[in-house]
Amino acid sequence: MWSLFLKEIDTFFNHLTGYLLLTAFLIALGLVVWVFPETGVLEYGFADLEALFVYTPFVFVFLVPAITMRMIAEERKSGTWELLITSPLKISHIILAKYFAALALIVLSLLPTLIYYYSIVQLGDPIGNIDSAGFFGSFIGLVFIGAVFAAFGIFSSALTDNQITAFVIGVFIGFLFYFGLSAMATLQSNKAAYFLEELSLSYHYESLGRGVIDSSNLIYFLSLIGSLLVLTGIIIKRR
Amino acid sequence: MSLEVKELTKLYKDQKVLDQISFQADSGQILGFLGPNGAGKSTTMKIASGYILPDEGDVVINGISVLEYPKAVSRMIGYLPENNPLYLDMYVKEFLGFIASLYRLKASSSKKQIAEIIGRCGLEAEQHKKIGQLSKGYRQRVGLAKALVHDPQVIILDEPTTGLDPNQLVEIRKLIKDISTDKTLVLSTHIMQEVEAICEKVVIINKGEIVVQDLLQNLKTEKGLTSLFLETEEPLDEEWFRNIEGINRINMLQSNHLEFLTFNVAQLRREILTVVQEKNLSLLNLRQQEKNLESIFHQLTQSR
Repeated sequence: MWSLFLKEIDTFFNHLTGYLLLTAFLIALGLVVWVFPETGVLEYGFADLEALFVYTPFVFVFLVPAITMRMIAEERKSGTWELLITSPLKISHIILAKYFAALALIVLSLLPTLIYYYSIVQLGDPIGNIDSAGFFGSFIGLVFIGAVFAAFGIFSSALTDNQITAFVIGVFIGFLFYFGLSAMATLQSNKAAYFLEELSLSYHYESLGRGVIDSSNLIYFLSLIGSLLVLTGIIIKRR
Repeated sequence: MSLEVKELTKLYKDQKVLDQISFQADSGQILGFLGPNGAGKSTTMKIASGYILPDEGDVVINGISVLEYPKAVSRMIGYLPENNPLYLDMYVKEFLGFIASLYRLKASSSKKQIAEIIGRCGLEAEQHKKIGQLSKGYRQRVGLAKALVHDPQVIILDEPTTGLDPNQLVEIRKLIKDISTDKTLVLSTHIMQEVEAICEKVVIINKGEIVVQDLLQNLKTEKGLTSLFLETEEPLDEEWFRNIEGINRINMLQSNHLEFLTFNVAQLRREILTVVQEKNLSLLNLRQQEKNLESIFHQLTQSR
């Protein structure tokens, strides 16, 4: 399993697309946090990284499916899937290895944003005047959002042999769960609205961002990821 | 060491691709699995390797069922799929190392094993190249090396020689012959010469059913009739030869050219010459042709 995990990471960095994706991601975030006047911290005047946490999920909706789209679809198309399935690896191990590889890449892409935190700590007046709990809560929230999107991505990659289709499906599901459900909630009356709101990713993400790591949020994320991976396994076995 | 296919049936939608097929391959034996395209060869091999599940039946490797213990069986099988899928952006040695780690070979033994396999498959000069840069023949060798790297006892090769040039063909066949000495080897192909060159046992499948399975030698001698061709200057009459015993069939090719099908060539040749003398014909040609596997294959797979 470990060797498959390493192989996935290796493949990602073996292609120019891998570097391009990470560069595009970091440039987009850098522009949003530091340069664009509407969102930039410098214009805003408060030692706060809210812009980072508000806009990253927008980028993630596209970035994560781009990372995961080829993981299963491409192997099926090129036939190497047959190598994996006929090896002693269990299907669950294959899925987990690929999932954790995607997750590791997402965390890796988030790590440079810790520099932003350090910069803001230094820029604050007095130095260190920042809501650290809020930052790390949000950061953990971002990792979870990435983790859920990765599960969406692996799931959609298992649905089809075509990378592009997998990408589009991944973006669609991510969009639906992050923005769609809470948008629908605003159209509904009390009870349905509450239910939809609770289902949406953004609701749980925002509550982590308040700096309180609540077990109900963690359970929500973990069970969503777990059920998606189980579903992926079922789809693979049926095809 | 054996591979036993037991009453396999496989349906794709409503179409029966395999219909209750059974055969067995034993240790030290190369079994040629023949059939026209779409006969169900690859499906059988995919089931044996654990890639797809049958609707009925089972494949038993060394007494262990593929259906019940697919992962235990996968360690005993070396499988080369039809289109030879490889990770094209890996280096040859890296790829084999990756495969060895999937099969959980210990690092120390895997290094030795990989070096040995690379030598055996003639990949020394190519081991530090990317697989994507290799020619088809070398890719095929990498595929074979992949199938052998965990030292399996049963080897399944699905059309290992398609698309190779004549030199590569000979080399790969030799390689296959070399590795088969102490292993069970099943090889699918539709190239008859290949089977005649390296296989001991033949299973011919057509439209999902086994039409014949026997040792190659038996097929060529007993079941394969021999053709005898007679050509004379004068026109011939089939009736002259009706009374001769041991003729299975007479074909009129031209007015002065006949084909006799028989099991007993020596006897028939004498009898025919007697007739030629009696009728005072001037003989142009009398030659025999052994039935080869190709004609047996045509006979068995076309008439249906």
